[in-house]
Amino acid sequence: GRGRGRGRGQMTFNVEAVGIGKGDSLPPPTLQPSPLFPALERRAAPLPGGEEGEYMLALKQELRRAMRGLPYFVKPGAPRRDIERYSDKYQLSSPLDSAIDWNPDWRRLPRELKIQVRRLRKGRTAPLVPKQHVTLDKEETIKKLESLEKKEEEVTSEEEEEKEEEEEGKEEEEEEYDEEEHEEETDYVLSYFDNGESFGPDSDDNGDEAVY
Amino acid sequence: MTQAELRLCSLLLQEHFGEIVEEVGNSLLRTGPRPLRLLVGDTGLLPDQVKKALCVLIQHSLVRYEVQPRGCVEYEARSERILRILRYPRYIYTAKTLYGDPGELLVEELLLHGHLSMSCAVARVADRLTETMEDGKTMDYSEVSSTFVRLADTHFIQRCPMVPANPRSAKAPPPPAPALAIAEKDMYIVPRLSLVGKGKRRHSCDEEEEGEHKAKRQKQEGGTSKTPPDDGIYWQVNLERFHQHFRDQALVSAVASRMDQTSSEVVRTMLRMSEVTTASGASHTQPLSSNEIFRSLPAGYNIGKQVLDQYLALLADDPLEFVGKSGDSGGGTYTVSILWGELGVPRPETFPSSGTVFGSRCARIFRLLLRKKHLEQKQVEDFAMIPAKEAKDMLYRMLSENLVSLQEIPKTPDHAPSRTFYLYTVNVMAAARMLLHRCYKSVANLMERRQHEMRENKRLLEKSQRVEAILASMQATGAEAAQLHEVEEMITGPERQQLETLKRNVSKIDASENQVDETIFVLESFIESTMKKP
Repeated sequence: GRGRGRGRGQMTFNVEAVGIGKGDSLPPPTLQPSPLFPALERRAAPLPGGEEGEYMLALKQELRRAMRGLPYFVKPGAPRRDIERYSDKYQLSSPLDSAIDWNPDWRRLPRELKIQVRRLRKGRTAPLVPKQHVTLDKEETIKKLESLEKKEEEVTSEEEEEKEEEEEGKEEEEEEYDEEEHEEETDYVLSYFDNGESFGPDSDDNGDEAVY
Repeated sequence: MTQAELRLCSLLLQEHFGEIVEEVGNSLLRTGPRPLRLLVGDTGLLPDQVKKALCVLIQHSLVRYEVQPRGCVEYEARSERILRILRYPRYIYTAKTLYGDPGELLVEELLLHGHLSMSCAVARVADRLTETMEDGKTMDYSEVSSTFVRLADTHFIQRCPMVPANPRSAKAPPPPAPALAIAEKDMYIVPRLSLVGKGKRRHSCDEEEEGEHKAKRQKQEGGTSKTPPDDGIYWQVNLERFHQHFRDQALVSAVASRMDQTSSEVVRTMLRMSEVTTASGASHTQPLSSNEIFRSLPAGYNIGKQVLDQYLALLADDPLEFVGKSGDSGGGTYTVSILWGELGVPRPETFPSSGTVFGSRCARIFRLLLRKKHLEQKQVEDFAMIPAKEAKDMLYRMLSENLVSLQEIPKTPDHAPSRTFYLYTVNVMAAARMLLHRCYKSVANLMERRQHEMRENKRLLEKSQRVEAILASMQATGAEAAQLHEVEEMITGPERQQLETLKRNVSKIDASENQVDETIFVLESFIESTMKKP
């Protein structure tokens, strides 16, 4: 057509009105997508500091941390292992059931959302109550002693506890006393059992060294 | 909903509620309101998990439900409410400045739990406050209660919609979901409770065991010990009221920067007087007579009545129209214009991005265009006093970013290009929306970067946490300084530095997120109020 090739490039409107004067060179055409991180021409203004900013920052981090611990933070259930491993017995697993850990007011929610809570342990509440004082004292001591990590006493108290458990023959408070339950089968204290998984990277380092 | 908003909502849900809730929320946001079984099908999660997630979301008012005529219940995600999670620190800090520590903790508990009954909230806050007090002292419930009442009176917290109380006949089947409702006038009425008690301190070691066992015994004895007197009455934070407060703050500071401290105090007083009488979304406060204003001035300001009148006249005459004169009764009545109008307050603050991203000269051109509305290329150069070449360059860059646009005004009916005016102009709403979109994108990027940093250094973080745990337990058992030192040495020097750097970076990113949220607030309020204008 007319005008093609003559002059730099003819537009339908008067380019001078927009500001491109005669003889000005236009920027070269863009042949690739714009870079992922375009160069910063000027630094961003510094963040406003001050007491308010600091406090809000601390609040934000605190909130994040707190919300992770609340029951509203829904954690996925423990993944099912393909093979049963020996260490599973010794790991404190999180509650696998999908029951809600908090009590919403069910009157305010649609009925279809109510999850049936498995009543595994609730049925045993009646016989447990009268014997609470005796057994709980012992287990209270056990807990206290455990936290102070005194080995000998723990072993003896465990033996006592084992006897009691056999006498009464019931599982009490599985969730609270998972440790004891595991321990009744062995003489070894759970808290001293370390299956070595947590030291993965370190042990790998050692493996690189040649063995003479 | 834009992609940027979706992504940001997704990140916020994941960070605060976990991935399952994020999946459910995502599905609802992207595909719209749906019933439960469709939701389960789309997310591929277990039905129990989806139910749990929905309960959490409804508890925090992030999802609402509606009974459809055919009988099924549909769930809908509320994206704008999800975005508010970013602003939680600001709400809590505001409550602290207004009502001190009890107020701060009350708002925090209500935000963390979605909604709580008054007795529950007061008990929790009292316990938390007692923790921080010296040994032997406890926080009395009455102080926390009174703060609660004050928060309700000033509308910072409100009652949640209630379950309908009228008993249904046994014949009619119960509806699949309750229809919650509350009248406006009941929203801020505090039930008459006599909350008596003191905060409980968490005791250490042996006493803790007793407390636990007692609680367990209570649990086993049959669930709830007794229903609290305010059963069924729940409270939530009234976010709109906080937003109103932020807006008032912005107005006052704008007046202060434009005029002086005293005039800003006058405006602040006027706003405070009309806090609860102004309907949300109104463009002006109720008219206040200057006598009333004079009486309500804070005690420290002993300016005479004459001086006050002079200030009011000055404010009313100001072209930015902060204050308008609406009558002469009672010594002259005045209103404060609270709409982010065309000539309103936030504009100089709103578009600092044009300054930081493009430079202060671009900002000058931008402000010029805002004020003069339409300008030709040549006029821009003249008014802004910027050489032609630079002005051209800046204008084109802003044009390519859609901050300014070209308007054609034909001189002749045939729209011949050589005989048309091309005027640069700023389309404020479009520019505001574009900036808002960028803000959402920025915050999402910041969050992702922060999570990336944490993931990269996960091993180091876990190690340092373990070391701290060991140190704490050793200190409890009274180890010697040499042993403690040995344990501390487990973290090497370079590792310590790495941790420091990580902490600094994460803090910087967090502070930036807070900062961007302030801009988001201004832009959102502006867009919302401009759209409401008749």
